[in-house]
Amino acid sequence: MKKTEIAVIGGGPAGLMASLAAAEMGARVTLIDRNSRLGGQLVKQTHMFFGSEKEYASIRGIDIGKILSAEVLKNPRIETMLDSTVIGYYPDDGVLGVEVEEKTFVKIKPEKVIVATGASEKFLPFENNDLPGIYGAGAVQTLMNEHGVVPGDNVLMVGAGNIGLIVSYQLMQAGVNVKAIIDAAPNIGGYWVHASKVARLGVPIMTSYTVKAAYANELTGALERAVIWQVDNKWQPIPGTEKVLKVDVICISVGLSPLAEILWQAGCKMKYVPQLGGHVALRNENMETTVPGVYVAGDVAGVEEASSAMIEGRLAGLNAAKSLGYDNGTFNEKRREALEQLESLRSGPVGEKIRQGLAQLVS
Amino acid sequence: MLCTKGIPTTEDLATRIPPEERRRKGPVVMIECFQKIPCNPCYTACKHGAIQKFEDINDLPSVNFDNCNGCGLCISKCPGLAIFVIDETYSETQATVSLPFEFLPLPHEGEEVDLLDRSGKKVGKGKVLKVRNGKYEDRTPVITVAVPKELSMVVRNIKVGGDVR
Ligand SMILES: Cc1cc2nc3c(=O)[nH]c(=O)nc-3n(C[C@H](O)[C@H](O)[C@H](O)COP(=O)(O)OP(=O)(O)OC[C@H]3O[C@@H](n4cnc5c(N)ncnc54)[C@H](O)[C@@H]3O)c2cc1C
Ligand code: SF4
Ligand code: SF4
Repeated sequence: MKKTEIAVIGGGPAGLMASLAAAEMGARVTLIDRNSRLGGQLVKQTHMFFGSEKEYASIRGIDIGKILSAEVLKNPRIETMLDSTVIGYYPDDGVLGVEVEEKTFVKIKPEKVIVATGASEKFLPFENNDLPGIYGAGAVQTLMNEHGVVPGDNVLMVGAGNIGLIVSYQLMQAGVNVKAIIDAAPNIGGYWVHASKVARLGVPIMTSYTVKAAYANELTGALERAVIWQVDNKWQPIPGTEKVLKVDVICISVGLSPLAEILWQAGCKMKYVPQLGGHVALRNENMETTVPGVYVAGDVAGVEEASSAMIEGRLAGLNAAKSLGYDNGTFNEKRREALEQLESLRSGPVGEKIRQGLAQLVS
Repeated sequence: MLCTKGIPTTEDLATRIPPEERRRKGPVVMIECFQKIPCNPCYTACKHGAIQKFEDINDLPSVNFDNCNGCGLCISKCPGLAIFVIDETYSETQATVSLPFEFLPLPHEGEEVDLLDRSGKKVGKGKVLKVRNGKYEDRTPVITVAVPKELSMVVRNIKVGGDVR
């Protein structure tokens, strides 16, 4: 059995920052990710990020991923396990079961665990929603920005949140035509600057619309047409408002939900908080859950942004290291700084939803 | 319109357009950022003190137009691509608009391109005067295009290669 002081599960912005912060205090860290490279969502994000200088604002997601991964890989206190999926947590003895390269099964016994597994995409029920050509936005982004493959010629984007807007923009950059962006909500959920960016390209945004059905080409069996219709203010479809769009791709971007299996297994107290994307673990200000020694950070702690994921990761890393007795003399100051940064990021009107969600979590 | 279509209205824009008097003096910034979001790189990018310090990171950018020399260094640093520089003193009949443009192919200097408004609609043709695409711009090239003077507050995008697509 392998031993480590702190196991960090997930090498996205939250896990990377958690590892760096814990190592900075003096702790030994094992960072585990199921992908073959570090960075999480960042590896597909070709656009510049918001935030302040400290959170790498105006740097592209892909570059933030590279900067943080390089720091992690050269840090002698951090051991990285790639192509390694944590498939089980045994609460009786705190052992993690890790499948390495789909071949070997490794048991790890950490003293503390930081869960930073991110989130998974939500899907949408409608007739024929399983046709070839219907993708989640994350899949489209992986195809285009990681593998350089365009998903099709004409796209209907479903969802006008930041992800729907930015993936539409990236599709246009790749030369793909985005026919429309629809959203069932009466207003655009993403940042208006993102919306203006795609509007300037001539992409129409249609709020209060949802997908009714998708239809396949008889010969190929692949998506050929989408039918959309308007919804009223109670989200009920209005018959007679149907519109047909000739598209070969429908891209679904209707939100994320925390990937919390490990937290359920660990026996953390969970709560359903719609504002945070689904079931999240109760935790204290130090990001520690109701199971002592198990911490959370990033989207799995509540779907938010990379900037807050990074700071939460930092907080979790600092606190986990401190609880093992590690402090290089800067702990108090750094912890306070991180708490202040988080508060300022969430203090504006767009942080309202997150604030409401978090208010339900204090354990 | 802004919160349902992404297109700012005349009223939205009124709060952002630099005063006429300042526009008559030369190039000046116009920041089309209307929503309080946690973001401030425009402030960090401006070395001339034209973009006021953010008390709270969610503040809207506020510009002291007298301090702005129209250098355009803030354009490529805004993750929202919401910053433009307008020069209405370019010639008798023409103004210039400098805008962020992250598409290929890039136009070359001297090329004629389609001029688009905030909804992507073609409103005329204009000539590209400058393409800034160095290390500083970091993959957000800044294009300066000459436009008919009356379109200085209308043109916010270009299309390279005309209608063929
Ligand atoms: C299109 C798009 C645009 C975005 N734009 C912005 C933006 O402009 N600004 C911004 O701040 N944020 C943005 N975000 C949000 C940001 O990407 C996320 O909030 C952030 O990536 C969350 O970080 P994370 O570390 O929690 O999770 P992730 O980045 O999702 O990382 C989780 C990691 O955990 C690994 N993992 C999961 N389960 C296991 C397991 N069992 N075993 C091992 N490894 C596991 C995964 O492989 C992954 O690498 C955007 C997101 C998207 C999709
Ligand atoms: S154009 Fe130059 S001086 Fe004016 S706000 Fe931008 S960076 Fe500052
Ligand atoms: S950098 Fe751009 S999006 Fe951010 S506050 Fe400034 S103008 Fe707005």
